[in-house]
Amino acid sequence: MKRSAALWIFSFGIGLYCLLPFLWFVLTSFKNETELTAIPPTLIPSFHLSFYQSALEKHGLLKYIANSAIVAGAATLITIVIGSLAAYAMARMQLAWTKFYMLALLAISMFPQIAIAGPVWTILNRIDWLNTYQGLVSAYIALTLPLATWILTTFFREVPPEIEEAALIDGCSRLQALRRVVLPLAMPGMLTAALLVFIYDWNEFFFALIIMTSPNVQTLPVGIALFPGEYTMPWGDIAAASTMATLPLIALTLLFQRGIVRGLSAGAVKG
Amino acid sequence: MRGSHRLALFFLFPSLIFVGVFTLYPIFESFRLSFYRTILTLPWLGQKMVGWENYADLWTDPVAVQSLKTTIIFVAVTIPLELLLGLGMALVMNEVFRGRGLLRAVVLVPWAIPTVVSSQMWRFIFNDRYGLFNVVLFGADTARYTAPLAEPGPALMAIMAAEVWKTTPFAGLIILAGLQTIPDELYESASIDGAGAWQKFRHVTLPLIRPALLLALLFRSIDALRVFDLVFVMTQGGPADATNVLQFYGYKKTFAEGMIGYGSAVAVGVFFISLALSLTYLRLLRESRLEGATR
Repeated sequence: MKRSAALWIFSFGIGLYCLLPFLWFVLTSFKNETELTAIPPTLIPSFHLSFYQSALEKHGLLKYIANSAIVAGAATLITIVIGSLAAYAMARMQLAWTKFYMLALLAISMFPQIAIAGPVWTILNRIDWLNTYQGLVSAYIALTLPLATWILTTFFREVPPEIEEAALIDGCSRLQALRRVVLPLAMPGMLTAALLVFIYDWNEFFFALIIMTSPNVQTLPVGIALFPGEYTMPWGDIAAASTMATLPLIALTLLFQRGIVRGLSAGAVKG
Repeated sequence: MRGSHRLALFFLFPSLIFVGVFTLYPIFESFRLSFYRTILTLPWLGQKMVGWENYADLWTDPVAVQSLKTTIIFVAVTIPLELLLGLGMALVMNEVFRGRGLLRAVVLVPWAIPTVVSSQMWRFIFNDRYGLFNVVLFGADTARYTAPLAEPGPALMAIMAAEVWKTTPFAGLIILAGLQTIPDELYESASIDGAGAWQKFRHVTLPLIRPALLLALLFRSIDALRVFDLVFVMTQGGPADATNVLQFYGYKKTFAEGMIGYGSAVAVGVFFISLALSLTYLRLLRESRLEGATR
């Protein structure tokens, strides 16, 4: 009894730590102007939607959401396809240089963004891809390939090679074996990798900031970071926009919780 | 099953293209540019080779030196806090009790929130008039309300608090993965030998989660070294450059001032600090794994 009481108290404390700051922001988004500027602040709002209306209509939040969905969606899809091909080679053809490439990917994922940002900007500028979806998508593919390849390799290795060998003997090519045998069996792992990559792309700010300078193509993080305020910060609108940018992500995370925890620790424990 | 070199190359080709063009080439290009003087706003100067001059300037640039110190403080303060809090979280999450699943889900919330959003959120919490920070500390006594983000010391602390809040769950989950690899029998035999809770933690848990702790240390330090979003949103490096961390300084030099060569020197500097740190940790990690294998 004593043990479970202590665990509940600790759990409650951790829950409060994780949820309270964000809850405060969500509550703020449901206030009205008077409640927002009350000093000391109103703790519980009377649930208005005026800040949501203003964020959507005045600040064109839907446009940012659409840009983010396009960029993150396309980047995730291409990354998973390219990453699966690479991971298959890593998992099945263990040549000296594929092992070296695996380590190189790990090293690349540790690069500080600023170390590559200037030349990436110059390349995209030269081919006129600044302020385009394909420009940011290309950068994101390169940035998330290390993560995706590592996770996918871990999951592909769990597929028994015997099943695949049988398919090869039956006359499948390597590519067919990958598509018809390995991919279906590694589906949960692919979903996890896709989710982690998507969350990374959806949240990424640094490259979105330098590549997307025109408001028409900017993604949500850029929109929220550069929220325009003439004299005072429009905190209510920012809170509403932030809540809308975050809730889908939290929903996805809670839905696929087990997979995410496994994906995050997959590379960690074995690598 | 082994594959031929050609087949492996076929599967790796698309990946190699993207990684080559958008990460490998850029890193070498940054190296090269750091030996040149190129200023975007003064294009008629062209690209002039200046040797080590950018690096020499960096060494005597008070803002750069300050920025290096700030970054080191940032890493040195946030990482131990994250590991300690993360270890606490992991120990609770590793126990068997009703509601554990819910707890593991809740912990993912700060991790899932976009950093830009959590930056705006903490900026609002530390707001001088409407912020939760002031309400919690001073209640209705508005005369004592402070503006932490407007003063150098408190601004840095505020940013560190925001960083710790968001990234502790990640550290916790890595450590939890380590805790889950410890077989129950070890604790049982320790109990039979008469070990108490603290002794079990000290002599069974800690040595066995050492690799997980080192890994969390590695990932978190690398990430903290490149802190950017928090600074950009919460303080823009101010007040008085008190929160101007390296990656933000490099960004400002390269993209706001167009000092391509000098900015590249900052970038190369950050790169080597990060490289040195990861090599050190990886070595420690390998040693601790070898130790684990021979034990």
